[in-house]
Amino acid sequence: MRITVTVDGTRYTDDVEPRMLLVQYLREQLGKVGTVVGCDTSNCGACTVHVDGHSVKSCSMLAVQADGSEVTTVEGLSRDGRMHPVQEAFHDNHALQCGFCTPGMIMQSMDLLAEDADPDEQTVREGLEGNLCRCTGYQNIVRAVQDAAHRMRPGAGPDAERVADETAMSEQTRAEVRQS
Amino acid sequence: MIPAAFDYEAPSTIDEAVRALAEADDEVKILAGGQSLLPVLRMRLAAPAKLIDLGRIGELRGVRSDGDMLVIGAMTSHYDVQRDPLLNEHAKLLVMATDTVADPQVRHRGTFGGSLAHADPAGDLLAPALALDAEMVIAGPRGRRTVPAAEFFVDYFTTAVGEDELLCEIRVPKYTGWHAHYEKFNRVAQAWSIVGVAAAVRTDGHMIAEARVGLTNMASVPVRARGVEQALVGQEATPEAIRAAAEHALDGTSPTTDGNADVAYREHLAKVLTSRAVSAAATS
Ligand SMILES: Cc1cc2nc3c(=O)[nH]c(=O)nc-3n(C[C@H](O)[C@H](O)[C@H](O)COP(=O)(O)OP(=O)(O)OC[C@H]3O[C@@H](n4cnc5c(N)ncnc54)[C@H](O)[C@@H]3O)c2cc1C
Ligand code: FES
Ligand code: FES
Repeated sequence: MRITVTVDGTRYTDDVEPRMLLVQYLREQLGKVGTVVGCDTSNCGACTVHVDGHSVKSCSMLAVQADGSEVTTVEGLSRDGRMHPVQEAFHDNHALQCGFCTPGMIMQSMDLLAEDADPDEQTVREGLEGNLCRCTGYQNIVRAVQDAAHRMRPGAGPDAERVADETAMSEQTRAEVRQS
Repeated sequence: MIPAAFDYEAPSTIDEAVRALAEADDEVKILAGGQSLLPVLRMRLAAPAKLIDLGRIGELRGVRSDGDMLVIGAMTSHYDVQRDPLLNEHAKLLVMATDTVADPQVRHRGTFGGSLAHADPAGDLLAPALALDAEMVIAGPRGRRTVPAAEFFVDYFTTAVGEDELLCEIRVPKYTGWHAHYEKFNRVAQAWSIVGVAAAVRTDGHMIAEARVGLTNMASVPVRARGVEQALVGQEATPEAIRAAAEHALDGTSPTTDGNADVAYREHLAKVLTSRAVSAAATS
């Protein structure tokens, strides 16, 4: 089946088998191996990407279901060689050890920060409920997300403005999706 | 990891979907949010010849008001249920139960109708739908029919939806001004209910005027705790009265033992959680 998907800002048209999972399409067809697979049961969240502004587990969606959609992966976050503030916060707060859960953690953190720009600890923990980490014990991950929230606050510098724009855009996408 | 090969069709109207179901052989499966079906296909526990994806049918999405009823499209996502103003005002119990389902990613894709059609006895939306006397509208080659929730859930993973039919909408009476609570007991993040209790009450001062209580995972289908409801009506919402009413929670249940809990523990949980759910609802 022929699908057209925009991934990290680039439009792709491809013939795929209906059974191809979105994560397989991203990794094997497009070479976007930043998104990883950590389980067979839809539990770990390592494969989290955004589809039309919403986080999803890309192992639990077919590529054909993403036809016509806009997909953002962890590979699409940096701008002009600079990491996104959420990525920087993970780096600075040592929010990873082996790093396998990190792409999914970052994508889900972006989703939760779009819902709540200043989350308390409980909100962060619940927002990351679908992402498992076998290494860190989550403490530094929670810290990183709260730190990212501070960095992205209005007035926090040029980066913050960039992210504020993105948040506004993703809100707009959400509104469009809801209407459609 | 990767599902067996299947054919795929994504109709854009309910009528097209019904036609596609009629034309397909019996190995066809409906795909809604895929949050239960795709894991099953990936583990190769099922290998249907064809999937009919309801995801492109706009008329199956969204919530509207129809007189004293709310109408929920089967493909309305858990995420949209959580944020829907009509549901928050008139059927808060469904919103509160949906808040406990899975995790944010799964709630973005999983659907209200898919959860009911899947009919996992541990699913959190079945007992609230039953307690609120929801009605399921089913479309098929012979037109549409409406089945009350009490007849919709037949057995483990089995509903009144026939092979050539699909669930298209769920009609729920408005419970405006009622208080609700869903009390779910599980052990780890994103886990299914070991037992869950859905409670909605209408209060008159301190008095419980009407009560609706449904139990999750206390039988192969959700159970309406009518004994509890009857014992609550006309009582002051005191902890003692609520605890006494909760003693009736086991009427009509037939829990099983599994890796999470044995029968005795489930029975204990059903009473304790009923008490908690009703208290939380009555004092909210
Ligand atoms: C990690 C994880 C944790 C979860 N935790 C919970 C939880 O705590 N509580 C809970 O309640 N659920 C939980 N779920 C399940 C989730 O709620 C699913 O969304 C739901 O069970 C199925 O909905 P779906 O739209 O994804 O349906 P699908 O997976 O697409 O379909 C499920 C089944 O229903 C059938 N079907 C779907 N829609 C229709 C229709 N309109 N008409 C006829 N048949 C139909 C399909 O053919 C299929 O057999 C969890 C899922 C995951 C992956
Ligand atoms: S790979 Fe584990 S949830 Fe997708
Ligand atoms: S850092 Fe290793 S799994 Fe999270």
